[in-house]
Amino acid sequence: MQKDRTKIVLGVIGADCHAVGNKILAHAITAAGFEVVNLGVLVPQEDFVNAAIETDAKAILVASLYGHGEIDCRGLRSRCDESGIGDILLYVGGNLVVGKTDFTEVQDKFLGMGYDRVYEPGILPDQVIEDLKSDLAKRGHFSE
Amino acid sequence: MNNVLLIDFGSTYTKITAVDVEQEIIIGTARGITTVETDITEGLNKALKELFLQTGKLEFSKILGCSSAAGGLKMVAIGLVPELTAEAAKRAALGAGAKVLKVFGHELSEYEITEIAELNPDIILLAGGTDGGNKQVILHNAQMLKNLGKDVPIVVAGNKSVTPTVVKILSETMTQVVPCANVMPKLNELNIESAREVIRDIFLQRIIEAKGINKANKMVDRMVMPTPAAVLKAAELLSIGTNKESGIGDLMVVDIGGATTDVYSIAKGDPTTNAVLRGLPEPFSKRTVEGDLGMRYSASPLLKAAGAELIAKFANADESEVAEYVEKVTADIEYLPQNVQDKGMEVAMGRACTKLGADRHVGQLETHYSVLGQVFVQTGKDLTNVNNVIGTGGVIISNERPNDILKGIIFEDASPHVLKPKKPEFAVDKDYIMASMGLLGEDYPELAIRMMKKYIVRR
Repeated sequence: MQKDRTKIVLGVIGADCHAVGNKILAHAITAAGFEVVNLGVLVPQEDFVNAAIETDAKAILVASLYGHGEIDCRGLRSRCDESGIGDILLYVGGNLVVGKTDFTEVQDKFLGMGYDRVYEPGILPDQVIEDLKSDLAKRGHFSE
Repeated sequence: MNNVLLIDFGSTYTKITAVDVEQEIIIGTARGITTVETDITEGLNKALKELFLQTGKLEFSKILGCSSAAGGLKMVAIGLVPELTAEAAKRAALGAGAKVLKVFGHELSEYEITEIAELNPDIILLAGGTDGGNKQVILHNAQMLKNLGKDVPIVVAGNKSVTPTVVKILSETMTQVVPCANVMPKLNELNIESAREVIRDIFLQRIIEAKGINKANKMVDRMVMPTPAAVLKAAELLSIGTNKESGIGDLMVVDIGGATTDVYSIAKGDPTTNAVLRGLPEPFSKRTVEGDLGMRYSASPLLKAAGAELIAKFANADESEVAEYVEKVTADIEYLPQNVQDKGMEVAMGRACTKLGADRHVGQLETHYSVLGQVFVQTGKDLTNVNNVIGTGGVIISNERPNDILKGIIFEDASPHVLKPKKPEFAVDKDYIMASMGLLGEDYPELAIRMMKKYIVRR
């Protein structure tokens, strides 16, 4: 029997409809051996949480490219806590804020919001996949 | 001569339709009171006698029946996330023609188990988790249901990885536990056909017997399905057609009763705008039932849901008159309209049932304002291009102004986000044959389509 692959929830949060990066990430992460539950674009926080509960996903990958990331992403961790999946991995990436803000500042802000990893523009999918594998392995959810 | 008799054992009336299969005509229809408490064949025999008075004695080559007698098929649906597997389970139950008493999500508590026992369902549908997804909740719920204290047939339609374990747990105390395909194998993928089939089978094997409807078996060759499932089947046939007989395309059906309003749509419902589609996919053949919209038992819930203002506007009357009328028919559920005002009130209430039933059935558009401009998100079915609307059920077909009742289904400029049909043509199931045609369609699909075109669509 085929072994169940680790499930990863992926989506573009809020009123953002940038679809291209989402498709590329979904493709790359699937190719890396995960099962991607891709929610596509325009995804409310609630849908990320519901999808993760129902599919027993081990990580949620949130993208935001239109500059409203801070407003859209705030509170996702508490929502997970409240729904009984508080220990899930949360990654976020994209153009999280408008303008030229120092990235470490952005990173600190999102880490403070409960995200486990924060990615700046230009990061390749390989980096994300490598981090996923090592973070999940630490938690015993992934072995090659 | 080749005659077929179709019987619908309803909650109040047993309705029969005799069809001449060769000439493709209805020979006659009749009805008797449903006598499920004593012997269901009594009411049937009375109806037959009435039929034979019109037609003379007939021989039937085949007798088929459907039933919503003795409360119909009552079900409880259980899933994990309310918007996901619990909703999918509910849709599967509705699609099988059931009356869904309540939907439960997440881990069941002792209180909820007591509640389920008190609801006394005929069948329980247990879902939860996508395939390979969450296992813990459905396992917990199986353990809880094991101690329900009642022997209820359970259909297991959850995460495939734990289905065998769930069946094993439940079989310790339950006689009939039937596994089937997951109602949501992948996130946002609906797969309700397998559960629907299993529910119908159990209904026919067990529920019919438990409700004393099997006494009709000495007369009926085959009980085919619960009545709402027969209506859904008829609507599917008429819409889609077969290889040999074309269908009429996308359609909706409205059936208003004393206690509930059923709305059916046979349509894909893809966006007709540039909206992005979100949420749980919709079944191509969709049935919704509104328990708070009806003409008698549900008259006062209808007043609450629609508001006196809306019904008064439809009736061209005062709000106080509406409240008065609703009070009157609630106190006397056998009440029949006596004068023009009463009749106007009936039409207005019916129109409100249609409007609210349709508003809840169809999809909705939401507008988001983003840096990219206005973006539309659609959830549910876009039925704006549906051309055919059929009214059936006692309230609509016995009314003098059925089209005014059906008007409630039309798209409203004031609420453009509610995706109701924009230019539908109305048809009324005057001879009340829709459920019968669903039955007939089991063996004679083309004939059923042609007869519906002739007797209902009439164009």
